[in-house]
Amino acid sequence: MTVEASHQKILILFAHPAIHKSRVNRELIKPLQNIEGITFHDLYETYPNFYIDIKKEQKLLMQHDVIVMMHPFYWYSLPSILKEWLDLVLEHGFAYGNDGSVLNTKKLISVITTAGSHHSYQSTGSNRYTILQLLAPLMQTAFLCQLEYLPPFVIHDTLHLTSEDIAKHTQDLEKILLALRDDNIDFAKVKSSSYLNTDLSAILKLSS
Amino acid sequence: MEYKDFFYQAAIYLLAAVLSVPLAKRLGFGSVLGYLIAGIIIGPYALGMVGEHSQDIMHFAEFGVVMMLFLIGLELRPALLWQLRAHILGLGLLQISLTTFAFSGIFYFLGHPLSIAVVIGMILSMSSTAIVIQIFSEKGWIQTPVGQATFSVLLFQDMAVIPIMAIIPLLTYASRALPVPNSLISQLNHWQQALVTLGIIAAIVVSGRFLLRPLFRFIAQAKLREVFTAASLLLVIANALIMQAIGLSPALGTFLAGALLAESEYRHELEADIEPFKGLLLGLFFISVGANINFNILLENPAGILKLIFLLVLIKSLVLFFIAKIFKFNTQNSLLFSLTLAQGGEFCFVLLSHAVANQALAPYLANQLVVAVAISMVLTPLMIIFYEKLLAPYFIRRQEQKEFDPVEGQRNPVIIAGFGRYGQIIGRLLIANKIKATVLDLDADNIELIRKFGFKVFYGDASRFDLLEAAGIAHAKLFILAIDDSEKALEIAMHVREHYPALKILARVRGRTQAYDFLKKDFTSIYRETFDSSLAMAVDALKELGFPAYHALRCVRFFKQHDEQSVKRMYKLYGAENEMEYINKAKQSRRNLEKAFSEDTAGGQFSFDLAWDPENAKDRGESS
Repeated sequence: MTVEASHQKILILFAHPAIHKSRVNRELIKPLQNIEGITFHDLYETYPNFYIDIKKEQKLLMQHDVIVMMHPFYWYSLPSILKEWLDLVLEHGFAYGNDGSVLNTKKLISVITTAGSHHSYQSTGSNRYTILQLLAPLMQTAFLCQLEYLPPFVIHDTLHLTSEDIAKHTQDLEKILLALRDDNIDFAKVKSSSYLNTDLSAILKLSS
Repeated sequence: MEYKDFFYQAAIYLLAAVLSVPLAKRLGFGSVLGYLIAGIIIGPYALGMVGEHSQDIMHFAEFGVVMMLFLIGLELRPALLWQLRAHILGLGLLQISLTTFAFSGIFYFLGHPLSIAVVIGMILSMSSTAIVIQIFSEKGWIQTPVGQATFSVLLFQDMAVIPIMAIIPLLTYASRALPVPNSLISQLNHWQQALVTLGIIAAIVVSGRFLLRPLFRFIAQAKLREVFTAASLLLVIANALIMQAIGLSPALGTFLAGALLAESEYRHELEADIEPFKGLLLGLFFISVGANINFNILLENPAGILKLIFLLVLIKSLVLFFIAKIFKFNTQNSLLFSLTLAQGGEFCFVLLSHAVANQALAPYLANQLVVAVAISMVLTPLMIIFYEKLLAPYFIRRQEQKEFDPVEGQRNPVIIAGFGRYGQIIGRLLIANKIKATVLDLDADNIELIRKFGFKVFYGDASRFDLLEAAGIAHAKLFILAIDDSEKALEIAMHVREHYPALKILARVRGRTQAYDFLKKDFTSIYRETFDSSLAMAVDALKELGFPAYHALRCVRFFKQHDEQSVKRMYKLYGAENEMEYINKAKQSRRNLEKAFSEDTAGGQFSFDLAWDPENAKDRGESS
């Protein structure tokens, strides 16, 4: 078996409706455009009129092992095109239902940016719920489609990040995605952490 | 010709063309008839403004026909010509031989000696390339099946001129036979002549393939437009001269040269350079045909000349109709084909004077024939109008009665008036969704084409209310007004609303001004015909300039909304009495738009994506 074949193929479904106004996401996606084994798929760029090519998207899903939904956390949820994408692409008989089990060996990860602080996303904070609690609908969607939902990669406080902070997050994200691709992740440890990026050194295996 | 006299004559000809052609086109007659009538008016029998040179001018202007054939050659790739070979040989040969046969018989029967009857027959079998091709290209019919067949016949006639020129001296009624004149190689024997002819054609083919391109490249590199034009003209004229020198038709020779250059990269430049010369010369030719009609001969023997014209047109069209039927054309196409070619042509003039010179024809008879041929040329545009206005609609209506059950057509929920580029798109979409639509269109050619794709289209003018009622407007739920004449559309819309106020009308309008006209009459479902296409291109333009796709789309959508609102605000002000107010409002509206797009007003009242602006969200972020 070649090294290539053991790689996990990663599909990034990126959704930001105003990338020209973004501070964090614009930097985050820069290194992700041309990495072998990682398909960067900008939904707003591809479907500005929201007419999603369902067959093409389903084919993309089948061709990848890890699905990454990368987006700002709008109103505790997804930007609208990602919802449209879920509504149309995850058809009965394809993603779920009696005949729909094509996704059952795949993983789903959210990469989320939010202006709210970690502190605000607590039962005592202004947002009252944790990010994980707010992601319940997505987690249930993954469950129904037999996708394994990993903890999200979350960046808080986006309005106050310095450019050094943003650079650090960008590096972390790239590292984790590369590790996912090369199977250098300790999934047992991943499952016990709340965010994928809480402690990178804990979940990354030393590359051999 | 004196130099002053030359300019005087030129001014007369140009003035006649400039005045009469636009007028004729305006009246729907086409340019050819305009030129011919202009010629008659300035000719010796009306105003008498052109002098004794008009014959010379006509011979000079015949070169326009040569240029026209060069241009046709440029359009026709050799492969296409090869495809037409059956038509050229089949239709062409049949037309010439049957027409010659028929006229020979008739003139023999009328008491002329057989040799003269045959000469007349051959000459009258010619039709007018100049008139027919000019009319067909004005109407865009060249590429149609009838156009191709017509062209094939004309091309074959061009080739047949040469043997006919050779035969005429043999049929002389005088005892002495004159040699075939005006050929440099006529003293050689037949084999040598054939060899030289073939050699020269081969030389033209070879140099066309290998020499002309480097030559034109060299000339083009000089970057002097007029030198390139001169070279183009030289090419045409030299070809014509060579062909004449070896006794072939110059028109045919330049046609060949054109076809050889059809696939070269200089095709469009050559076309653009020759086109104006061709147009002017051809116009000049038509004018001089008109000016040379000898009305004295007509007045001396009107009954005889009219009989000649009648015979000429009748026999030619009967033969043509017969041939078209042999080639399995439908009746409508056969009629167009036979009416189109039923005139005598410019070659008749050449051949008639050739016959007189060789004493194969008496001058008085030749003169009568010249008049008859010229008048038959004037009749051609009229006959084509007759075909377009009366025959074609008749055939379409008859087809309708055959094909459609009127009751079925009368209960459709949608009526589409106008099924051109605009209406067709709507029609296709409705039909794909199994929605039945009754379609009305005015353009007979268009209807025929659309029917081939399986649409049911009725021939009819949507401004005729009886037709709309026959189309079932009383039962329709939706009236789609997709004709391109906005003024007419507004009349129709008002008429329809008056009688069926509940019927929803969607109307295509040309532009902003026409949109105002509709809004003033309270029609709000209006669609500016190129608006959405422009906007779609604007989206792509912004994308090409680096805008993210979704942002580009939203910018354009914002613009569209802004513009549509502005149209609905401004229409009341549009009109003479409010001009200043209208202009001020328009300026204000443009300023608002600029503000909305400028970045420094983030947070201002005109922005359309504030929610996604981190600057605007800072407040919220800080409080949490």
